Amino acid sequence: MKKPEKELTVEQKIKRRNFISFTVFGVLAASAYEGWRWLYKSPDETAGVTAGAHAPLRRALNKTEIFFRRLTFSENHLVKTYPKEMAAANVRHNSDIGSAGVLPPENWKLQVTKKNGEVMQITLDQIKEIPKTDIVYDFKCVEGWDQIQHWAGVRFIDFVKHFGLDDEAKMDYVGLATPDKKYYVGIDMPSAIHPQTILAYEMNDKPLQGRHGQPLRLIIPVKYGIKNLKRIGTMTFSNTRPPDYWAEQGYDYYSGL
Amino acid sequence: MRWTHWVNFPVLTIMIWSGMLIYWANDEYKITIFGHTYVRFFPDWYYNLLHIPQRLAEGMAFHFLFMWFFTLNGFFYVLYSIISGEWRYLLPNKHSFKEAWLVLLHDLHIRKTAPPQGKYNAAQRIAYTAIIVMGVGSVITGLAIYKPVQFYYLTWLCGGYHLARIWHFVLTIGYVLFFLVHIIQVILAGWNNFRSVISGFEVVNEQPQPAVETTKEDEKA
Repeated sequence: MKKPEKELTVEQKIKRRNFISFTVFGVLAASAYEGWRWLYKSPDETAGVTAGAHAPLRRALNKTEIFFRRLTFSENHLVKTYPKEMAAANVRHNSDIGSAGVLPPENWKLQVTKKNGEVMQITLDQIKEIPKTDIVYDFKCVEGWDQIQHWAGVRFIDFVKHFGLDDEAKMDYVGLATPDKKYYVGIDMPSAIHPQTILAYEMNDKPLQGRHGQPLRLIIPVKYGIKNLKRIGTMTFSNTRPPDYWAEQGYDYYSGL
Repeated sequence: MRWTHWVNFPVLTIMIWSGMLIYWANDEYKITIFGHTYVRFFPDWYYNLLHIPQRLAEGMAFHFLFMWFFTLNGFFYVLYSIISGEWRYLLPNKHSFKEAWLVLLHDLHIRKTAPPQGKYNAAQRIAYTAIIVMGVGSVITGLAIYKPVQFYYLTWLCGGYHLARIWHFVLTIGYVLFFLVHIIQVILAGWNNFRSVISGFEVVNEQPQPAVETTKEDEKA
């Protein structure tokens, strides 16, 4: 028979427990550190529709966005609006990519590619036939600033109905690009047909000025500013994600608010 | 309590760091009194030292992953405190606010005696409860600026989008101040106390002999 194990003294017990605790603590701390190093040094994703982010972080971003979209997104959730007097006179402006200089509206047409391949050429006057919608809301930039701004134009959903694009609006995404294709965004359809999404041709009751994306730009309050494309040249519809300028530079594709 | 404490430490560090990567893109907060700016968050040398500039997208990606761990960890802590009943040691009671003042005077060596205490003294009860409330506040203000349209009620609760971002920032400064005081207190409390936060028990010299002797007697019998 085995000898009964010797009873440990209290001091030994304390020592043993401390030793176990500190070993476990050390091992866990070391593996946490290694895990962090792995994540921090993880390679970038393979460049595609999105690019520029660590591969595991991009997976997490996409999953998180889908989670919140399913949990919370509703076209009944409206952006808070303000009285006109609160709108900024000096509207902030970050970038001219794809919309520098002035493009005379008479030299401009919106090219809409339909499902059957037909390309519609729509003038600003045609767009202005649709009833106008105003919105005064808090514009939010991904950088962290926000400003109350006043825009007016036609609601995207009204535009769709007016030009008979109902079949196209059943697809998953709409892609918009500047005439020179230097700036482009992809918008999921629920956000595009949100009742506050506007194709804007006026700011503070005046026609758009050069640096704000004249003659026609996107105002989509359920997205960060990076999705509010200036000077729309082309519009396409698809069931896969259209290319997106900032999603290729490490930002979230959805960028919804 | 130990587990969540040590999970929280690195997670919060990462949240603050990635938060700074995001904040850099619009670093407008400063403390100005009567037109004179005392503190600007943050000076250029500070950004450069920590390699913060031009990493907004990366910061957001890290922030929106580790927010899960931060929130879940906090959730487990609160759940555990409720189930185990440990909240009784933690929540301030009606005497705490008066006693905390005495603890403060004692710790600053103005007063000789400290009031009697349980696991946590009155000042600790207030501080540790406050930090949990702050954690909840960070999650709420965070969600309010993350999805201000979908969580419009949270944004409203925080006083609007603009104010919510300021609250979120102020809470973070609060963590840093808490951390500084916390570290000083840990050093003053000594090794035995620190060890207990890792191993779960504190060694108290209380003559443990009787218990051991009884076991021996039992064996003989």
